[in-house]
Amino acid sequence: MSKPVLVIGYGNPSRGDDSLGPLTLDFIQRELNITNIELITDFQLQIEHALDLQDRELVLFIDASMNCGAAFDFAEIKTAKDHSYSTHAMSPAAVLSVYQSITNNLPPASFLLSIQGLNFELGEALSKPATANLQQACQFVQQLLLQANIDVWKQKLNS
Amino acid sequence: MYEYLETTDDSTNLKRIVIDPVSRVEGHGKVTLLLDEDNKVKQARLHIVEFRGFEKFIQGRPYWELPVLVQRLCGICPVSHHLAAAKAIDQLVGIDPIDLTPAADKLRRLLHFGQVLQSHALHFFHLSSPDLLFGFESEISKRNVIAVLNEYPELGLQGVKLRKYGQEVIKTISGKRVHGTCAIAGGMNKSLTLAERDYLQADIDQIIEWSQGAVALIKKVHTSNLPYYDNFATIRSNYLGLIKPNGALELYHGGLRAKNDCGGTLLDHFDYCHYNDIIHEEVKSWSYMKFPYLTSLGTALGWYRVGPLARVNNCDFIDTPHAESARIEFKQHSNEAMVHSTLAFHWARLIELLHCAESIKYLLDDADILSNDLINTGERRFEGIGVIEAPRGTLLHHYQVDENDIVTKANLIVSTTSNNMGMNESVRQVAAEYLSGRELTEPLLNNLEVAIRAYDPCLSCATHAIGKMPLQLELLDAEGRLLDQLSRNSQGEFEHGA
Repeated sequence: MSKPVLVIGYGNPSRGDDSLGPLTLDFIQRELNITNIELITDFQLQIEHALDLQDRELVLFIDASMNCGAAFDFAEIKTAKDHSYSTHAMSPAAVLSVYQSITNNLPPASFLLSIQGLNFELGEALSKPATANLQQACQFVQQLLLQANIDVWKQKLNS
Repeated sequence: MYEYLETTDDSTNLKRIVIDPVSRVEGHGKVTLLLDEDNKVKQARLHIVEFRGFEKFIQGRPYWELPVLVQRLCGICPVSHHLAAAKAIDQLVGIDPIDLTPAADKLRRLLHFGQVLQSHALHFFHLSSPDLLFGFESEISKRNVIAVLNEYPELGLQGVKLRKYGQEVIKTISGKRVHGTCAIAGGMNKSLTLAERDYLQADIDQIIEWSQGAVALIKKVHTSNLPYYDNFATIRSNYLGLIKPNGALELYHGGLRAKNDCGGTLLDHFDYCHYNDIIHEEVKSWSYMKFPYLTSLGTALGWYRVGPLARVNNCDFIDTPHAESARIEFKQHSNEAMVHSTLAFHWARLIELLHCAESIKYLLDDADILSNDLINTGERRFEGIGVIEAPRGTLLHHYQVDENDIVTKANLIVSTTSNNMGMNESVRQVAAEYLSGRELTEPLLNNLEVAIRAYDPCLSCATHAIGKMPLQLELLDAEGRLLDQLSRNSQGEFEHGA
């Protein structure tokens, strides 16, 4: 039986700020006592993650991003054939699109938390700015998961 | 051969085309073409930004951390690095592959088959099938897995589920889809429970059936346009890979076998611990990636290809029945001892996919995988070498440690490095035979990427922050002035104009 809320944090823990997604999941696992939420961590998103979306009510993707204008950005995502097939790593929107293609159903309500990262070199530690961004993002995630409800999450979009 | 296109004699008044990055491969690579005024190709190169500093990343760490640490070199085949490192550090605790307990050996093989299965499934169904099903010069909107899912929904879903099954094998053995810690120095840290074994057994017959379907599909695709598929990007080469003692296909452990382009044996059952005696690497000023070659033949003649095509070419047989039948058909389609078609990488890859599925079934039926006899130790050593056939080819890890167990030296030769010359030759063949003299368009340039993609190169960086992978084609004049450009943004939208 799938848990109603799924959180997928992805990135390479040994590539500096790329670890922001997995580190946020570490925080959730360590600090939050939430039983109705499933956590998945991976290097990057791939087609099989579409199968992880089945029977969910809410999905939260968490990733590092170089394009964030702030410490973090919270956005709702919709299916998109956004050509992220150009790498081995799919975008969350493309994963939703795969889900829709293979199930003929609309995907669950899905959101992306992008945390600003600066340094993605192999073997580097989390940068100082990213450490601060992570702290803010974790506080935000805590609020989200304590009220895992689509209406509440929509109110928090880009807040 | 097409070496004459590696470096032009005179680059003045030539136009430069850059494909950067090459798409649907792991990591970052770029192709540059130099064209004369009639669009004749005068120079073609694939440049690769290799792993940066991975030896440094490893040195200074205690050796027992390596199987976990090296998984982070690559987002695509972490299990291959995990197992190659584990084989190397086995030797540091005095254990050679023959000394592993049956349970440890079979669990590692099961893990490896799961990894190769999911990797091959991803490559075929997700990354290559759009080209193969819709055409190399088809509309760009069709060249993606979602178009495959829309037009071939059953096939697309099988691809997703094959990939997922391989991931489940990995997760069941190692506890996680990635970053698992199952292989340790001298063995494994856990066996399978009956419930875990039963869980994997439940779907394996379906997985074999789908794998057979995939082989039938690629055979049909290849043979329905045989002259084109046998000629496109095709080059003659030597082939290298592991082999079982009886000559059967081997992915986990064996001696090295190399054959030349006519099928003649160059070396056989060679102990890979002496790889330094037979393989050297050439450095070229224009590429970050080295060019390995067989020392006995020299740089010009000694380069070789690795991976599915090499393995299926090199082996005498495959020890699972359906894959062996497929291998025989594969070899019979060619009139030569060795199949040189670069696009036949896809066919060979799916034969291996089927072999992995069959092998998983055999191993799940073997009671040894439930045994808790998992670890052996021997006499301490200070040097370890592990070689494995990763999905993309022969992968080598070589470590030296000091008396405090700290790694003092690391050397990795990854599969894609071994295919460096092969990929460059294929790029040059396509440039010379299919592009030269034509006005270049994005669909036409996709032919170059199709040639590279057949090798399934892993130019891994495993960093994937959103919006980092645009594609840009630039047309420059001899003075470097931008004449025209075609760019793809992170949303996949193309824009034209300087």
